[in-house]
Amino acid sequence: MSLTLGALVGSITVFVLAIFLGFELISKVPPTLHTPLMSGANAISGITIVGALILSNSSFDGANTDVAALLAFVALVMATINVVGGFMVTNKMLGMIAGRRRKGGE
Amino acid sequence: MVDPVVWDIGYLISASLFIMGIKKLSSPRTAPEGNSLGAMGMLLAVVVTLAKLQTEGVIGWELIIGGLAIGALIGYLMATRVEMTGMPELVALFNGFGGGASALVGLSEALKRIQDSNIPDPGVELYAIWVAIGLSGIVGWITLTGSLVAMFKLKGGFTIPFTGKWVRFPTWGPSWLNAVKTILLLSSFALIWMTIQEPSEHTWIYALALSSGLLGILFVLPIGGADMPVVVSLLNSLSGIAAAFTGFVIGNNVLIIAGSMVGAAGLILTFIMCKAMNRELFDVLFKAFGGSGEKDQLTRTKVGSDPEEVAMVLDGAQRVIVIPGYGMAVSQSQHAVKEFADLMESTGCEVLYAIHPVAGRMPGHMNVLLAEANVPYERLIEMDEINSEFPDCDVALVIGANDTTNPAARTGEGPLAGMPILDVDKANVVVIIKRSLSVGYAGVDNDLFYMDKTMMLFGDGKKMMNELNGSIKDL
Repeated sequence: MSLTLGALVGSITVFVLAIFLGFELISKVPPTLHTPLMSGANAISGITIVGALILSNSSFDGANTDVAALLAFVALVMATINVVGGFMVTNKMLGMIAGRRRKGGE
Repeated sequence: MVDPVVWDIGYLISASLFIMGIKKLSSPRTAPEGNSLGAMGMLLAVVVTLAKLQTEGVIGWELIIGGLAIGALIGYLMATRVEMTGMPELVALFNGFGGGASALVGLSEALKRIQDSNIPDPGVELYAIWVAIGLSGIVGWITLTGSLVAMFKLKGGFTIPFTGKWVRFPTWGPSWLNAVKTILLLSSFALIWMTIQEPSEHTWIYALALSSGLLGILFVLPIGGADMPVVVSLLNSLSGIAAAFTGFVIGNNVLIIAGSMVGAAGLILTFIMCKAMNRELFDVLFKAFGGSGEKDQLTRTKVGSDPEEVAMVLDGAQRVIVIPGYGMAVSQSQHAVKEFADLMESTGCEVLYAIHPVAGRMPGHMNVLLAEANVPYERLIEMDEINSEFPDCDVALVIGANDTTNPAARTGEGPLAGMPILDVDKANVVVIIKRSLSVGYAGVDNDLFYMDKTMMLFGDGKKMMNELNGSIKDL
């Protein structure tokens, strides 16, 4: 699999459009939601978990496990904390703000 | 064999769920649903990735299952144990983890390619992937170390291990530090160039991690108290950008889409915070303000009042506006404030809360604290709307707020010039609960304290609120 210039420009296009989309989506947010929005968006930035999963796919045999896989493992732990903790905490805050509790999270 | 396009469709659905989730998170009614959609999108992305790994041949499940299980357990414990008052620190910590994970994924990919001798020849692929690895590293490490510093600043300090001694976290930033930061940033970019020149060499990529990690620390270290909401939301934005760059590293669109949306959302919040302080982002980041600058010398005095006096003034008040600030968070007096509101309301008085956008240490800090104390969110009124209400208000109760109420901001001079403030001085009577007459973060003496209609209750927020509540009950 080699990356062509065309594919790269395609990815950059997605990148630029998504930034504009982000600006449009939340141009007006009430202050009550500033913290939950931040913490919910933060949980979504844990999407890097996908990369951590792919790179954690390695044989694990004690001392011989390579450095790349160990780093990916650390990344996976951090990303999972970010995702699980982030969505749960956001849910908790929103439950209080809306005055009712909901089941959920990740 | 499953057609690889199936996985791409799965990721596309996941990205759509994130888009709808963020959209719904920006309105109070739909926000819980938005959060659930985001969580579903994430679950789908994880399931698709695992299914893809399974069909393409898994080398070993140990690290994958172990990482997911350990991370989920830690995340669950942290989220369930946190108190609302500890929320700013926890959000900062999670944010740092997200950035750190992105940086580590980039680093791991680089090392794996070096190990497997899978380094492309000079050309688009080499440049694109190595630049992406470098950028996800710079942004990711800055996010990690910057967020950790921010977390300790929000906590106020840390305990030295084994000794149990509490140390206040310093805010330190002489002006020459800006030159150091610039050099570190430039050398980080130079190191990306080096990794492209010698892609099989480990040294450069580790040096990059070191220089950008140090940059993150020096970047947040000089930024003090009231500027924290700006920094916290900026770091939030950076964690998204790091994830987007990681998407380029592993060639995955869902990372690029989700990451850049989070980046944009965080940036919007950052600008909202800057606007609420009438400061430019550049000034917040590179110019020391208040904390290390000159402070007004206090030349005036004011006689403190006692809770009984204040209770008598409050007796029969028809309309009370509470103005909370960081002091309410520090003294954790939100429950006492709610009890006060309940007492006043039982006599037919209307109680509203005036929320300045940068009150506290993170965006929406006051809202979260008051929500924890079960204050209905309809009572929390934004600055622009509440300001016209102050002239009709019998008593304005300021608890632990200072700069956000300082009329000096209207004069157009000094550090606070032009900052939008709450018009507390227009209320009929002003009651201020504060430890002393000391200046706020901006270092400007507050005329509000010395007005004839102002009553000062000197003391800890929670203690004074409780005494005030006691006096109201005794009437």
